[in-house]
Amino acid sequence: MEQEKKRRNCQEQNPWVPRILIGISVIFFVIMLVVPLFEVIYRSLREGISTYTSAITAKNTLSAMRVTLLATVIAVVVNTFFGLCASWLLTKFNFKGKHALSTLIDIPFSVSPVIGGLAFIMTFGRMGWATPVVEWFNETFGTDIALVFSVPGVVLATIFVTFPFVSRELLPVMQAQGTAEEEAAALMGAKGFTIFKKVTFPHIRWALLYGIILCAARAFGEFGAVYAVSKARGKTFTLPLEIDALYMAGSANSITQAFAVSSLLVLLAIIMLVLKQIVEYRGKRDS
Amino acid sequence: MKKKERSVLPGFGMTMGITVAMLSLIVLIPLASILAYSFKMKGSEFVELITRPNVVQAFATSIGCAFVAALVNSVFGLLLAWVLVRYNFPGKRLIDGMIELPFALPTAVAGITLTKMYSDQGAFGKFLERFGIQVSYTKLGIIIALIFVGIPFVVRALQPVLEKLPLSLEEAGTMLGASRFYTFRRVILPELMPALLTGFGLALARGIGEYGSVIYISGNSEKQGTQVVSYIIMQKLNSGRVDYEGAAAIALVLLIISFVLLFVINMIQIMASKRTKQ
Repeated sequence: MEQEKKRRNCQEQNPWVPRILIGISVIFFVIMLVVPLFEVIYRSLREGISTYTSAITAKNTLSAMRVTLLATVIAVVVNTFFGLCASWLLTKFNFKGKHALSTLIDIPFSVSPVIGGLAFIMTFGRMGWATPVVEWFNETFGTDIALVFSVPGVVLATIFVTFPFVSRELLPVMQAQGTAEEEAAALMGAKGFTIFKKVTFPHIRWALLYGIILCAARAFGEFGAVYAVSKARGKTFTLPLEIDALYMAGSANSITQAFAVSSLLVLLAIIMLVLKQIVEYRGKRDS
Repeated sequence: MKKKERSVLPGFGMTMGITVAMLSLIVLIPLASILAYSFKMKGSEFVELITRPNVVQAFATSIGCAFVAALVNSVFGLLLAWVLVRYNFPGKRLIDGMIELPFALPTAVAGITLTKMYSDQGAFGKFLERFGIQVSYTKLGIIIALIFVGIPFVVRALQPVLEKLPLSLEEAGTMLGASRFYTFRRVILPELMPALLTGFGLALARGIGEYGSVIYISGNSEKQGTQVVSYIIMQKLNSGRVDYEGAAAIALVLLIISFVLLFVINMIQIMASKRTKQ
């Protein structure tokens, strides 16, 4: 209350300062973030509803949806598992090289996604040093696995770019929570998984969900890394790659189709933002 | 040195094993392949590959445009964070929720949309054309795309710091007779500097390596210097004559730049947390 009053006193010096600042911010926000969203919708419906529906139900689009869904689900599951392990390790124990380890985990966050794709090509591609290992595996077990230019390659590239997303959200929360509660539980004889489920999990629930949402949002939209390792349209293309192919085809009709497929991803992005808002709100209320 | 006590908590060995194994398989070993590939080259070959005119130009374009975009984002990011933390106005929650749109919106979608908006047929492009300003297929276009992808980094770095900044600081300034602007410049801005630099650094790092949002609006013309580094790498993987050596060499330089930036950002944060602890 006191704080609020002071705040008002500070502002009332000149009522025009906040008005102008808010005005500039809103204009910037509308031009940079709002108009592009409407642009996508406008362009996707330009040639009528029938073009729109035929674009989003085209064979290539449906195949791209399946690949995108698969890559996103696997990336979320893998990175959630990793994020839980890594943040348990980094916040509940002290050991040498802890700081270095947490920096290494953040690498994919600051590296160009194109480099991620390139790295997989150089490891598992035609010239890659690990290719003989994969070939040996395929011969021995009669499998036919390819780790680049294939759906598994797309999944791997997606996991790479979203690798730190869950652990980044969990680390600060688990750090702040400390180890006292878990230690008490351990001393009273609780087993590992029980400690996690009963003591740790209730604290990190919302942060975990938040990390999963960010991870999923990044996963379904990834372009650069996936583009490097995916070449077969209708087989290994994800939705962003399908949009690229339609757009690059260049005709007015195919560009409209590109925007129609884009509108699906805009919708998905908005759903992610709404979910994120809800989780943030619930998290604040609980703590 | 004090001998470390063994933690009573379980799972050290297991989580250590899983973390290191997954980190190595998914991140470290693939990235090491790029290193190994680059080290197979002779020094002179490596230098020749990364000093080709188009490569040097691409680095200049990527770093230059990312720098300008990060600067613009620092100004508008500071403004947005300030307005969102300090003032109440209708639509505030909407803006706060949508700041992260560039994280959630696929870069390819942002790329094609901005290109069409700012082309001479698009809504903004037509308007700017009258003043003789061309955006799509120029460096200005690259900057606009990088402003779009970078804005959340600065706002999200500043918001928590601004929220914690005590109002008494400003009051003291005002009481001592300083103008609002003077107080802002001499009292508030220094407090925000570490967070602002972190946001700037993250936006810069993202901008230098950015691919999806840039490649459509840039036009990728060698003559006009609108090819970015990621585009050159991708071109070497896609064109008829695949050039892995060239791609690896350029990627290595790009990796080094990212690591230096990451290191600097970490240093700033360590210094800032030390300062506040004192």
